[in-house]
Amino acid sequence: MAATVETVDQVRALADDKYKYGFVTDIEADTAPKGLDESTIRFISAKKEEPEWLLEWRLRAYEQWLTMPEPEWAKVDFPAIDYQDAYYYSAPKTKEGPKSLDEVDPELLRTYEKLGIPLREQEMLAGVAVDAVFDSISVATTFRAKLAEKGVIFCSISEAIKDHPDLVRKYLGSVVPYGDNKHACLNSAVFTDGSFVYIPKGVRCPMELSTYFRINAANTGQFERTLIIADEGSYVSYLEGCTAPMRDENQLHAAVVELITLDDAEIKYSTVQNWYPGDENGLGGIYNFVTKRGACRGRNSKISWTQVETGSAITWKYPSCILQGDNSVGEFYSIAITNNMQQADTGTKMIHLGKNTTSRIIAKGISAGKSQSTYRGLVRMGAKAKGARNYTQCDSLLIGDKCGAHTVPYIESRNSTAQVEHEATTSKISEDQLFYCRQRGIGEEDAVALVVNGFCREVLQQLPMEFAVEAQKLVGISLEGSVG
Amino acid sequence: MKQDNAMTTPFVDQYDSLKPELPGSALPWMTALRDRAMDAFSASGLPTQRRESWKYTNLRNLTQLELDGQSLAPRPVSIDRAPSLLPDGSAYRIVFVNGDFRADLSDLADLPAGAVIGGVAALSEDEPECVERLLAQHKGIEDQPLVALNTALMRDGLLLQLDAGCKLERVLEVIHVNSAQNGVFAHNARNLISLGAGSEATILEHHLGLDDSAYYINAANDVTLDEDATLRHYRIQAEGKNAVHTSTTNGELAGNSFYDGYTLSVGAALSRNETKMNLTAEGANCHLNGGYLMRSQQHCDTTTVVEHLAPQTSCREVFKGVLDGRSRGVFQGRIVVRPNAQQTDGHQLNKVLLLTDTAEINAKPELEIYADDVKCSHGCSAGEVDHDALFYLRSRGLSETSAKALLIQAFLAESVSEIGAVELQDLFLEKISDWLAV
Repeated sequence: MAATVETVDQVRALADDKYKYGFVTDIEADTAPKGLDESTIRFISAKKEEPEWLLEWRLRAYEQWLTMPEPEWAKVDFPAIDYQDAYYYSAPKTKEGPKSLDEVDPELLRTYEKLGIPLREQEMLAGVAVDAVFDSISVATTFRAKLAEKGVIFCSISEAIKDHPDLVRKYLGSVVPYGDNKHACLNSAVFTDGSFVYIPKGVRCPMELSTYFRINAANTGQFERTLIIADEGSYVSYLEGCTAPMRDENQLHAAVVELITLDDAEIKYSTVQNWYPGDENGLGGIYNFVTKRGACRGRNSKISWTQVETGSAITWKYPSCILQGDNSVGEFYSIAITNNMQQADTGTKMIHLGKNTTSRIIAKGISAGKSQSTYRGLVRMGAKAKGARNYTQCDSLLIGDKCGAHTVPYIESRNSTAQVEHEATTSKISEDQLFYCRQRGIGEEDAVALVVNGFCREVLQQLPMEFAVEAQKLVGISLEGSVG
Repeated sequence: MKQDNAMTTPFVDQYDSLKPELPGSALPWMTALRDRAMDAFSASGLPTQRRESWKYTNLRNLTQLELDGQSLAPRPVSIDRAPSLLPDGSAYRIVFVNGDFRADLSDLADLPAGAVIGGVAALSEDEPECVERLLAQHKGIEDQPLVALNTALMRDGLLLQLDAGCKLERVLEVIHVNSAQNGVFAHNARNLISLGAGSEATILEHHLGLDDSAYYINAANDVTLDEDATLRHYRIQAEGKNAVHTSTTNGELAGNSFYDGYTLSVGAALSRNETKMNLTAEGANCHLNGGYLMRSQQHCDTTTVVEHLAPQTSCREVFKGVLDGRSRGVFQGRIVVRPNAQQTDGHQLNKVLLLTDTAEINAKPELEIYADDVKCSHGCSAGEVDHDALFYLRSRGLSETSAKALLIQAFLAESVSEIGAVELQDLFLEKISDWLAV
């Protein structure tokens, strides 16, 4: 016991020292030096003027991270990550963006065009400095005023740490503890920004919240931290990401998303992820290692995950639901499209703890080129989950004979009244369907897109309308070059 | 992957002293193989739950067996009659008592030309070339610790070899009777089955515990089917309720060969039945079916891996489980379709009834597919007896117990009906009724 106290004291002394040092650095430079050690974390924390408890939390996470082995169970293959060869604060973001659209990669612009994104938005997405006409900051402010009226808190997590420390302290890390897995642990140690949402009791959030509109969330970087709390009887729909390809140069993305619903509350979380997947030979591309988890703490609460994963060289992502409250509901709708050399290992976990909890999993995997796509999921019925139900459906579609599609579901039931059903199929795109489309004058690529869209329809329907339209086009674009 | 494992040491420690007594100790190749296997086993240790394929099964029951220095030596038990399931004269019979071949209880008269059936130990003296050839494949030593253990310490088991075109007209009944009444023992049974081109055999394998004594059976089965060969392999695992039974089958199926397997597990405190089939050439077909009925604290693990290595191969799996009391069931089924294995067909179904809130099922049906022109599916469900069906039967005057029993029987019948040798189906249904009657 004495030893612990001593250690804590030592750490505190060190912390005070470093804090001064960090403060000085703060004035001199905006960038933490390359690499990761304790001082990087102190630097980030000092830079963000964080309270002591958060710094300690970060340091505890860092210490544990050092001892954790790299997770190797997923069916993805990549060279070892050099954690010391990266900037953990601001550096990759400070470089200047293109001055106008003329300087942007024309291939990127063509994609935007196909998606039907207005010119102004194209500029923003490509990282062109936003001009006065499209003043995003004012847009954001307008939204904020409207939200504040209802008592909804929607801000960056850094602001939340300053303005709503009690809420953050109560919920941060309560769903994804810092030691959960290696990537979440790294995130806990070095997260720089992210979103924070709090919906007060009985409020139905008047609009769909999206990082897209919150301009200060742009370029939040590799280690994003999102925390959404829906208080009793509230509802929110949250959209993450962007339907246009973000040319982000960061190799490693380790984000953490935590959702909490109390009694009768509902969160609908939709993601469209279209980061740079690397070229045909598998060069470059993002490593997307994300830990997303929601806790249905209250009775009759609901969390619904919808994801369309088309980008990233490697996707490692398992949005999960812990169904604690009685009658709570978890949903997971997913489309994972891989092409060329992409690898995706994604799925969900549904942990049924409360009575009469239900969950539904619809996962559609489409592999083309030389890609590998894996569904990995867990459905667990706890001993107290009386009358719980789960339905899982995983379908894989293979385009071409060089790709792979895999299904690895884990089913654990410890309650006789709980019902678990799992079905999975794998098939290739039907020649008859393609022939039918071609015969009616539809080009081969369009025909494939059409068939695939039909295959994914169940999931696309879950997306908010504007999103669904773009996601549909995205499906076609992602599969370009996979036939013929 | 060296792991701390108190249970590994007794096996490793006894190996050197046992070596001279093990069958085939005069054969240099056999000794070399055993040494290699023991090296692999001592490096890996007994599998623990840290190994993904053992995630849900813990071999700690073995520590409760208190195996001693004598446990790996023969433990004869006197039996004067083999408990056969088939009428005398209707089947060939080979009997092993506590793992050792008993010629006096067996009936191997009138074998057709081209058939060799006998105990592995005796045959490694009489026909060493044959044993060497069948063991030469010795798959699994490196990646299956239990096969490594078995290879190092194997003493006896069934050897069945059919030359091309040879057909066994009668069922071959293989009876393994076990009892630790003369002391706890661990036996490594090695069964070698090799069917030449176009040959055919039906095996009914019966593992039976004579009493409630505790012992450990670690069986390894090597199955090789040449072109157009057919093996119907049906098993009943009814070991004593304190026994530990692990069985690993590695099969190689050539073109147009057919393996039809069914395993009914009702016995043992802890059992694991692992089957790995390689479909190596066009037209190979494999059926792996089974049922597991568990109660009180029993644990039953069914693990299957089917590798489609060639085009136009197919597999079908139907497993049904009924779990009562505090029992636990594990089902891990994996279907792998390799890149060139186009036009393959793979279906897998695992359904489980949980009869109590303390029973538990862990299932992991996996598909791993690298070819596009395939039809693969798996289904898995767990739940309780259908209330509506129960109500229907009760409204017609059946007691709750008999209504439940009837539904369970019907539930299991779906897997039994997969047994290709139709005449043997009744025998399995009978075993199921026996279990329900307790």
